[in-house]
Amino acid sequence: MAKMTLPFGPQHPVLPEPIHLSLTVEDEIVTQAIPALGYVHRGLEKLVDIRDFNQMVQIVERVCGICSKIHAMCYVQGLEELMKVDVPPRAKYLRVMWSELHRIHSHLLWLGLFADAFGMESLFMQCWRIREKIMDINEATTGARVIVSVNVVGGLRCDVDDTQTRWILSELDEVEREVRRLESTFVNDYTIKKRTCGIGVLSAEKALELGAAGPTLRGSGVAQDMRQLKYAAFDSIDFEPVTALDGDSYSRMKVRYYETLQSIDLVRQAIAKMPDGDIAVKVKGRPEGEILSRVEQPRGELFYYIKGNGTKYLDRVRIRTPTFANIPPLAAMLPGIELADVPIVVLSIDPCISCTER
Amino acid sequence: MPVSVIKDFIEKSRLKSPWLVHFDCGSCNGCDIEVLACLTPLYDVERFGILNIGNPKHADMLLVTGTVNHRNKKVLKNLYDQMPHPKVVLALGACGTSGGVFREAYNVVGGVDKVIPVDVYVPGCAVKPEAIIDGVVTALGRLAEKRAEASASAKE
Amino acid sequence: MSIETIPAALDTIVGEVVKMKAQEARFLTMTAVSLDEKTTELLYTFDQDLVMTHYRLTVPKDTHVPSISPVYFAAFLVENEICDQFGVVFDGLVLDFGGKLYLDEEAQRTPFCKFAVTRKEKA
Ligand code: SF4
Repeated sequence: MAKMTLPFGPQHPVLPEPIHLSLTVEDEIVTQAIPALGYVHRGLEKLVDIRDFNQMVQIVERVCGICSKIHAMCYVQGLEELMKVDVPPRAKYLRVMWSELHRIHSHLLWLGLFADAFGMESLFMQCWRIREKIMDINEATTGARVIVSVNVVGGLRCDVDDTQTRWILSELDEVEREVRRLESTFVNDYTIKKRTCGIGVLSAEKALELGAAGPTLRGSGVAQDMRQLKYAAFDSIDFEPVTALDGDSYSRMKVRYYETLQSIDLVRQAIAKMPDGDIAVKVKGRPEGEILSRVEQPRGELFYYIKGNGTKYLDRVRIRTPTFANIPPLAAMLPGIELADVPIVVLSIDPCISCTER
Repeated sequence: MPVSVIKDFIEKSRLKSPWLVHFDCGSCNGCDIEVLACLTPLYDVERFGILNIGNPKHADMLLVTGTVNHRNKKVLKNLYDQMPHPKVVLALGACGTSGGVFREAYNVVGGVDKVIPVDVYVPGCAVKPEAIIDGVVTALGRLAEKRAEASASAKE
Repeated sequence: MSIETIPAALDTIVGEVVKMKAQEARFLTMTAVSLDEKTTELLYTFDQDLVMTHYRLTVPKDTHVPSISPVYFAAFLVENEICDQFGVVFDGLVLDFGGKLYLDEEAQRTPFCKFAVTRKEKA
């Protein structure tokens, strides 16, 4: 059959967000995929010129609503290192707690969307129902469901008390029970295996060469996770990256599924080891010089470059988000698969377009 | 059955069961996931007959989240033009209503009303699912008004 | 405070990047900073077992920079972004969006430059 070029997106039912792929297909087999971006580009890195470094915390949170807490954490950790601020230990543990809660809700959200992509609607509903518990925790402890805005330069703006931590732990027990109940479906279901095993394979060498990040990289068997850098309180929390070996969509899903369970454990550890004390210190001075900061987002490694010039306005903030790194691997995964599998493979990198384009 | 009865029936069901299409127009995802959360078991708008569909030609309501930028404003306009009359537009979130925190960024045009007429503004960053449901109910009132106007002008 | 970097020049950068690839380093990203009206700084970042290596390249505006995307395919996206935002032209890009990755015709060109260069329409 002749070659055809098909547009995929920007408004596509399986995509929660607008991304455009131009697919060249031959007999239903994709031979080339070229991404086109720009539907969500706002240009918020440029806002450093008119917002001072404290206000930028709220801006970078809105790079992405799903992992807003982690964006802000990466940014303030960079600034704190630059300005040599010592954050109180309690704040570090609380940061771990909230960022892992974000990871749980993000992974459950993704597992739901992924289930929807292969037509399992009630599985989608189940995942989102479980996720509402985490949203409740967010709302009860910070006052907002999505953009929690807890980080400030120098610490945090709110604390949790003992009744709250006890309640969080009991809610988490419930969440864990419910997530475990989905295990047999996600990991062993015949239909899911049929739709995902061997689809969109990325070998470990290819993943490294193309700069993949996060579960996309770990799904190919590379145990690399920015939490190994021991930022915040991760130096005293037991942690092993979750990996899977096959590099296909199934492996990436498995990594995310088990990371959800792992994050529940990390929140428990953080709460158990949390010391008493202050949650913020006063920050004096202005940032000067340049710094790099990296943390692990639900989607992979997040990278901030911050350059200050001694005034209250920063010179440059550059944000490299995990999806930005995962788009070249996606372009390499698509050739050779059938057209009907394209949505699954695109979703398997957990694309977050508003992150990518900022 | 006489035609008028069927017409009445259709009119009633459009108001009782509005179908909506959601368009993400440069939002940070915060509002999008709340729109999706409305569809899931805890808030479950389907019990009110509200259905989310992907096709603008079937829809009565357009839910827009996020700020408009230079590239997606054409897509937004296109989507709006494809919807059948009468239609209502909801702008969700601080971004959709005014541009929000991004209003001064270089690639941002502003709120949704810069491109298409908006009937209901729902504030919040991110909008809460309760607020979205409330906005949809308000929009139903607008839809009924528009219907009445349309049938009045048809009679003339 | 500034980060440790290895200085590079226009004619050596591709060679250095090839060396990094031979060591199986992972390409992380590139960062462009507009230093003043005339110069842009490019930072190439690589990661190997959680340790980052940086190359710093300072280029005057209007110079063409050799693209590293033939070596690391992943670089095409970020090079296109820099082309959009800073107006730096990369030679030999494997996938060239021609400065339109993010920005449409109506939008401001090269918004990150200290002085934005606007494309003039012929009358
Ligand atoms: S209103 Fe807030 S949560 Fe909604 S898209 Fe805008 S920044 Fe994101």
